[in-house]
Amino acid sequence: MPAPSRRGFLKAIGAGAGALVIGAHLPLPALAADAAPKIVGPADPRPQLFVIVAPDNTVTVLAKHLDMGQGIVTGLATIVAEELDADWAQLRGAFAPADGKLYANHFFGLQGTGGSTAVANSWDELRMAGAAARAMLVAAAAARWTVPAGEVTVAKGVVRHAASNRSFTFGELAEEAAKLPVPQQVKLKDRKDYVLIGKPDLHRLDHVSKTDGTAVFAMDIRRPGQVTAVLARSPRFGGTVKSVDDAAARKVAGVIEVVTLPVGVAVIAKNSWAAIQGREALKVTWDDAKSEMRGTDAMLADFRKLADRPGAVAAGKGDADKAIADAAAKGGHVVEGDYVFPYLAHAPMEPLNAVVALNPEGGCTIWAGSQFQTVEQMAVAGVLGCKPEQVRIETQWAGGSFGRRATTNADYIVEAAMIAKAYPKAPVHLVWTREDDIKGGRYRPLVLHRIKAAVDSKGAIVGWKQRIVGQSFMAGTPFEAVMVKNGVDATMVEGASDMAYPVPNLAVDAHTAASPVTTLWWRSVGHTHTAYAKEVTIDRLAKAAGKDPVAFRLEMLKDHPRLAGVLKLAAEKAGWGQPLPKGKGRGVAVHESFNTFVAHVVEVTVGDKGQFKVDRVVVAVDCGEVVNPDIVKAQMEGGAGWGIGHALRGEITMTDGLVDQGNFDGYLPMRMSDMPAVEVHIMPSHERPTGAGEPGVPTVAPAMANAVFSVTGQPLQTLPFSRGGIVS
Amino acid sequence: MISINVNGEVRQVDVPDDMPLLWVLRDELNMTGTKFGCGVAQCGACTVHVDGTPTRACQTPVGMLTAESKITTIEGVKGKAAQAVQAAWQKLDVVQCGYCQSGQIMSAIALLTDNQNPTDQDIDTAMDGNVCRCATYVRIRAAIKDAAQTMRA
Repeated sequence: MPAPSRRGFLKAIGAGAGALVIGAHLPLPALAADAAPKIVGPADPRPQLFVIVAPDNTVTVLAKHLDMGQGIVTGLATIVAEELDADWAQLRGAFAPADGKLYANHFFGLQGTGGSTAVANSWDELRMAGAAARAMLVAAAAARWTVPAGEVTVAKGVVRHAASNRSFTFGELAEEAAKLPVPQQVKLKDRKDYVLIGKPDLHRLDHVSKTDGTAVFAMDIRRPGQVTAVLARSPRFGGTVKSVDDAAARKVAGVIEVVTLPVGVAVIAKNSWAAIQGREALKVTWDDAKSEMRGTDAMLADFRKLADRPGAVAAGKGDADKAIADAAAKGGHVVEGDYVFPYLAHAPMEPLNAVVALNPEGGCTIWAGSQFQTVEQMAVAGVLGCKPEQVRIETQWAGGSFGRRATTNADYIVEAAMIAKAYPKAPVHLVWTREDDIKGGRYRPLVLHRIKAAVDSKGAIVGWKQRIVGQSFMAGTPFEAVMVKNGVDATMVEGASDMAYPVPNLAVDAHTAASPVTTLWWRSVGHTHTAYAKEVTIDRLAKAAGKDPVAFRLEMLKDHPRLAGVLKLAAEKAGWGQPLPKGKGRGVAVHESFNTFVAHVVEVTVGDKGQFKVDRVVVAVDCGEVVNPDIVKAQMEGGAGWGIGHALRGEITMTDGLVDQGNFDGYLPMRMSDMPAVEVHIMPSHERPTGAGEPGVPTVAPAMANAVFSVTGQPLQTLPFSRGGIVS
Repeated sequence: MISINVNGEVRQVDVPDDMPLLWVLRDELNMTGTKFGCGVAQCGACTVHVDGTPTRACQTPVGMLTAESKITTIEGVKGKAAQAVQAAWQKLDVVQCGYCQSGQIMSAIALLTDNQNPTDQDIDTAMDGNVCRCATYVRIRAAIKDAAQTMRA
């Protein structure tokens, strides 16, 4: 395989010859007993490379997953270091090369990061890799000392023979250990012996480089002779280039070339400023024949019309209509209404960008915060007419993603490759400006939920009808075959069609609305709206039934101990039930997403006109065995800020097909003064680890809405709340 | 040629007067610790110090600076406040994606240089111009308080 050779790769990361390089090319043992997720992907054994013990006594863990802030490089290193019995101080992190055969995400069958899968997906193979490396170091020491391997111990990066009081560092054994056969069977540690996993005091591996300015993001790549490109794209979704007048652009000092491509008009310049100035001087006429010309108000009106008709069935049992009618007739209560969720941009702090250099032997090298390496390799191969494995990717630290970098067609990487193909003389750095990002689509879809539900006279939910209207970002992509079944995009209805509350008569259906506006998964995907619509409705039903919101939920979650567990934990830590001063309210929400269970209790102060301020956020999370508690805590803090910030003010709107927002002065981000205190409580668990990057998002906004509802009695059904005038 | 003083070194750059300092630092001097986030002084990722004052490099045309203006970037920041802030950031593992953190740290250093006992309100005022999309704000606030305590000790 012409992908990075083992030797080349070792050289690239400075390990050199004589390093012990270990891949978990061991058969996955029978770990299924603890409810392993379904493993797909290439068959084992695989010659994977995960651990490099170098003669300089460093241990480098190669992360096949992108670190976009969620701390996965640290997480993966922790798993390896535990089984290796390394000293945390000797651990280093590096990104693995792009190779879908060696580094597939077992949940996807291709190399990629998403769905909060990274720890769950790497847990087995990295424990084995660490244990195998440890066994080889032990064997090397035992041979050197001519003692039985059973007498050799390892702790904190030191290999020891106690009886003779001799020891080696890992580095001293690296070269010899590398020559030994990889053991085909390894014994994994008992969790009671963990010294790193689950410990709160490990520092992130990137905490120094990200505080002294030395961490390198794709935006910071500077290749010899590199030029910078910005791209003029259609201001309307679906538009194409009709004609270009680039005379003025070419006169801008520093502009080198202007090229028209299927994706827009690229201005290539000596530096970013010249490229941006050059683009401003371009005169492009766009063909809007296939463009979205509606504004978001018109689109929403169309969604409401669609919601009057039955959609494709996502879940159905019993007879929801009859149950709701019966409840209404027999002393029960019905709640209904539309819930509206706006388009939302991801707006990662590092604007999208990638450097592409064509390789003399064919193919190219890409430097990017690459999240779907295999998809990018295939898409770029299509552009360049080369083989996917000729597309090398040097994955860099990513300045946020929130889903944006995991595109189904490698959009911005393809743009960069097209420009590099058109201008092969130098490495090309395609830079998106913030305006490109905010106006550039791939939004969390505009979504409408129409819900009608009823409790009977005893206060039990007897019927629930829910219709969801939105765009599918899976339709027309390679993911469609897996994600869209019977006309229903699973990512549109997840969290609704499979809700845990045992409603005897349930009808959930969905309409997929078509538009050229591009949409994409956005941190916690469908759960960003389904959890909100569900949990706000539950509070409305609880109120109608005269029940306490926590007690109401707990009654229904008897068969869901982990959901009930986090709900009880959050409620207890928040002091649920304790009286609050007038004008203050408490709200709760609980939800499962990505196999992780989260509950939020939010406290608010509400003013005379319904305007409110968030005072306190309490979150309880159960994500199974916790590798790095402090990182889980950080993800819950950040997830709360993400959820609150967008619920308060986040929205992308369009007028006549043109996006109204362009930067952070229009698309308003969460700022310091909005951020409440966040208390995180982690449920102790021995279950298999699950994700933490996304599950902290879905419940915070509905808990906040329910807190306001507890004071005002008015459910908040339209996001963002700034639309209702209750947020400044 | 324009002369600017960056981190105590005089540097000559051959760029137009209206080129923002941000691009001079990043593209001409290859000092990439200062980040491009919005280009319109809305996010603070490009914050540097000009004569000690936190300044958005993306909205500072290089021609406005004089050879006497002392520009400090994340690569060259030093002193008691800088040490305390960077140590607190590391102690509390503030960073997530890290892209905004150079700017956050430059704003925090400026705050603590002037005020070694900031209230929450002071922190809001000094830091509201620095966006963190990962919402590390809880830890930024804690780290500023931790650094302030170090400086007062």
